[in-house]
Amino acid sequence: MDQILRLEPARARTALGVILLLASLGLHAGVLPEDRADVLYHYYDGGGVQIDGPSILVRKSAGQDLSFSANYYVDTVSSASIDVVTQASPYSEERKETTFGVDYLRGDTTMSAAWTRSDESDYQATTWNLGLSQEVFGGLTTVSMGYGRGADDVGKRDSTFNQPADHWRYRLGLSQILTRNLLASLDYEAVADEGYLNNPYRRVRYADGSSATGYSYQDEVYPRTRDSNAVALRARYFLPYRAAVYAGYRYYDDSWGIGASTFDVGYTHPWRRWTFDVGYRYYTQNAADFYSDLFPYADAQNFLARDKELSTFNSHALRFAVGYEVPIRFTDMLDKGSVNLVYDHFMYSYDDFRDIRGSGATPGSEPLYSFSAGVLQLFFSLWF
Amino acid sequence: MKARATLLLLLAMAASGCGIQPWVKPYERDRLADPIMSWERNPVSAAYTHHVLEAREAARGATGSSGGGCGCN
Repeated sequence: MDQILRLEPARARTALGVILLLASLGLHAGVLPEDRADVLYHYYDGGGVQIDGPSILVRKSAGQDLSFSANYYVDTVSSASIDVVTQASPYSEERKETTFGVDYLRGDTTMSAAWTRSDESDYQATTWNLGLSQEVFGGLTTVSMGYGRGADDVGKRDSTFNQPADHWRYRLGLSQILTRNLLASLDYEAVADEGYLNNPYRRVRYADGSSATGYSYQDEVYPRTRDSNAVALRARYFLPYRAAVYAGYRYYDDSWGIGASTFDVGYTHPWRRWTFDVGYRYYTQNAADFYSDLFPYADAQNFLARDKELSTFNSHALRFAVGYEVPIRFTDMLDKGSVNLVYDHFMYSYDDFRDIRGSGATPGSEPLYSFSAGVLQLFFSLWF
Repeated sequence: MKARATLLLLLAMAASGCGIQPWVKPYERDRLADPIMSWERNPVSAAYTHHVLEAREAARGATGSSGGGCGCN
């Protein structure tokens, strides 16, 4: 307040007004997330890659205003993907990720902090996340903001290669009750990266008349910075016979020239102790400015990429999920339990990434690549 | 300047409940409180799904969850 009094009168009034506004926001009572434990097994199979492992998430409150969470997640990867088959040897590896989080509720404000550490043999990442959410207008609106900071060490197997990559994430969110049956949300997120942003194993190909295949490889070269913006609008509607429909759209663009759109719709239908979900998701993006499936010659430009995640492609996905709520009567310590099975089927089609496996075709005229993937999640949850 | 002060006062009143009254009263929110209306009914599953997508697509962010370390290069 001392500082405000020292400001010129007009600015002091504005600052005081902002303080009054913020003070008036905290008049309603918020709620902390539920106490629960989840044990999940996941299995991914697609494009020559199999990934499976557990994820365990436990959340427990301490008193009325604190809630702690911990998550342990493992990916066991066995990869013979198209990138690996054409440029390296199939491999297996494991990634372990640990997260600790805390949420603090004061009035209608929830403050959260989380720390995540991800470890694999050639990549270590540490991330901090801070969040603040506030209910306003009698609980009709929830405003949230978040900040994330990540620091990675990028390595390469059987090599002393080591490079840093840093990440910053800024989030703003608005969730709004529109009617007795309709919820909407608007989210914005900016991400900034700096450092070594390549995948050190991936290379680009360029036309080379002196090679038997008609092309040769060189290392990828990416810019050392990347800035992106994403904005998403979602709505969820309660149907008269107790079921829900949802729809969402996300727009994305970044400083590498990639633009993307994501659409998704879904339907949730509870029946007695069962809950059924079906969903459809469509994703489309255009390529990065420096992407090419086949460069005309070596060092054709200052930045070079042939990573299919940076190409022009689209994906259709279908989701089927079923959950069953298990009554628990043998102890007072547990409220209820549930068992859930979720299956997602993805179909990726690439517009400028070619399948060069075993092809005798002229470079640049090989068939376009596509693949489908099945992703299964089985999890058990307990509320206590 | 007066306009800005008035706007701030109105915002403060609105936020405190003096101005805009909630048009959906707390006792009318039973349907919205139903678990089927939750944005992310199962956080452990939502986090995994975001991870799968972010590792295969260039777009990232604005998923409505706090996100985390990816390590998915």
